[in-house]
Amino acid sequence: MSAMAAQPGPSAARRFARGLNVGLAVFLVLYGTIAVLQPSYFEVEGFLNFLRRAAPLIILACGQLFVIAGGGFDLSMGSLVTLTVLGGSMLAGGNPENTWWTIGVLYLIGLGVGLVNGLVVTLLKVPSIIATLGMLLSLNGAALMWSGGAPRGYLPENFRALGRLVYRDVPLTGIMPLSVIILIGFVALAAWLLHATVFGRQVLAVGDNPRTAELSGVPVGATRVLVFVISALSAVTAGILLGGFAGVSTAVGQGLELQAIAACVIGGAQLLGGRASVTGAVAGALSLFALFTLLNLMGLPQPLRETVQGLILIAAVASSAWRMRRA
Amino acid sequence: MKTQIGLTALLAALSTGAMAQNFNDPAEFERQKGLLTVAPQGPDGKPWEQNLGGEKVDTAKYKKPGPYKLCFSNAGVNNPWRVVGFTNMQAEVDANKADIASFTHADAEGKDDKQISDINAFVNSGQCDALIVSPNTTAALTPAVEAAAKKLPVVVFDRGVDSKAPVTFINPIGGYGFGIQGASFIAEKIPAGGSVLALRILPGVDVLENRWAAAERIFKEKGIKVVGAEFTNGDNAKTKAIVEDYLNRFGKIDGVWMDAGATAVAALEAFEDAGKPYPVINGEDQQDFLQKWKKNKLTAIAPTYPTYQWRTPVIAAIRILKGEPVTGPTWKLPQPAITTETLDKYVNDKMPPLHYALCGCEQMTNYPARWGGK
Repeated sequence: MSAMAAQPGPSAARRFARGLNVGLAVFLVLYGTIAVLQPSYFEVEGFLNFLRRAAPLIILACGQLFVIAGGGFDLSMGSLVTLTVLGGSMLAGGNPENTWWTIGVLYLIGLGVGLVNGLVVTLLKVPSIIATLGMLLSLNGAALMWSGGAPRGYLPENFRALGRLVYRDVPLTGIMPLSVIILIGFVALAAWLLHATVFGRQVLAVGDNPRTAELSGVPVGATRVLVFVISALSAVTAGILLGGFAGVSTAVGQGLELQAIAACVIGGAQLLGGRASVTGAVAGALSLFALFTLLNLMGLPQPLRETVQGLILIAAVASSAWRMRRA
Repeated sequence: MKTQIGLTALLAALSTGAMAQNFNDPAEFERQKGLLTVAPQGPDGKPWEQNLGGEKVDTAKYKKPGPYKLCFSNAGVNNPWRVVGFTNMQAEVDANKADIASFTHADAEGKDDKQISDINAFVNSGQCDALIVSPNTTAALTPAVEAAAKKLPVVVFDRGVDSKAPVTFINPIGGYGFGIQGASFIAEKIPAGGSVLALRILPGVDVLENRWAAAERIFKEKGIKVVGAEFTNGDNAKTKAIVEDYLNRFGKIDGVWMDAGATAVAALEAFEDAGKPYPVINGEDQQDFLQKWKKNKLTAIAPTYPTYQWRTPVIAAIRILKGEPVTGPTWKLPQPAITTETLDKYVNDKMPPLHYALCGCEQMTNYPARWGGK
């Protein structure tokens, strides 16, 4: 119980269960509908392929979750994804020997972006929504300047493999996409960090009430900077998977930051901080991705599809808010 | 049953509402279909100086001594096609240094209001002997272009305006032509009663809507089953996910028609990853697609909307200011499609993946470095 001293409210177990409930229920309904329309989704292979495509969004949602839990937003994720893909192709230039140091440089860029976001928010007291919106514009500009608007290289095959390779003839599951293995590792790391470390508790405490957190000895500034670093590193990871999955494109990151935020909320995270669970964010991202897939499969005309998408998002957020009030 | 009828009516209303502008004009379809077979006039090997049978406009009243100050109001440099095009244009300016004292560029970043104020600023500055405009949208830019044309010679290219005020309007054949080239090829190559998936970027852009209108008409005439028409937003990941879904759903897709080729390689990779044979496909003249086509011996075609058209307005502006007649009031450039027979001529592994092969830039100074090649 002492671990929860800075965190009034429901117990960790109950939070975990609630995050699981909302997002998971939505996901199961949507996925069930998809599978009825398209029975191949009922098979293990179908599910793993679905996971492979959803992996970048899930990873982004997990990163965004730390920022949201700490009481902020990170709007720069999508443009960092774009910068990762364009930068990756420019640095590696199609040469497989360049892949590993390129990935190292990309993570360093991510580290830099996260530090700047965090320091602007903590030292300059700029609200995170503004600070990261500024970062979004700067990163888009940087990506365009760097590539001249038209990417100049290819991603080498071993870089592409991270998002594209599927191991065949695997016992039990049949296939195993490499990106799903990366996804599982990433989610496990995020869950451990948020739910099993002192740092995770400090993030939630800062998001719940920064003043109280500070009085009880939490290093508020450092915690805030770190959540932006985590978010940026997750964006680089998602960018690497997306570039691997589909290759170079200038539109790759557009709007992903909002999807990541929506996924967290559907998964029961409380906007403005203090309450969050990794399982919830994963379930939220799965729900959102299932929704996109379902709307695709139903073949609705585009304007109607966007309307439906918007309505379902609002409904999901409203229902999670309603549940929170009751809790 | 009643709700279903209601819902269908609603759907119909929504879909026609989005298509309020008429992008399916049978007369224009026939005209562009005809233009595809017209032999171009003008210098051999320089398609950017050729025309498909236009009239000549007398420009004696604009004649003045050089060198000239040219101004260019650009809709934006917001996609790889425009990046390649604008690079062509700058190279053309450099190639005409003797006649050009200055070349001033204003980037409207895809915003009508910014472009209107850019044009006004150019006209009021007195620093422009001629104005080149690539309009962001047709209706919004028409008044600004008309006002500018009262003060100085204006050349419009790429997208048009609703006015005869500019001295000339330069572009290739057009959206219907592109749609006809791609869809006719696919319809011819897939088995009778075969299925086609259409991939589109986004709704509402005239050139793209015309491409689709033409393709839809051809598929209907030839009895091809269109299993879906999906918007990809030009995003590779979204394209690949959509194609995977369709392959899951239908098992087999014979053809993929695209309104623009930027995501063609992603669409093909979805077939690879699913272990299915490649479809008959149309892309565009982008290097990554051409290279994949050659390497995998695809059954493919690449209709184009050549970026060499960005060279022509500079040439036209100089001729106008010298008082030489130019093709107008519409100047139609050739719009070739790349076929398996001509593919080798256009594949170039040294150019970037998003380079458009029909740049007409190979003989220009600083090729290929200026275009990002090696």
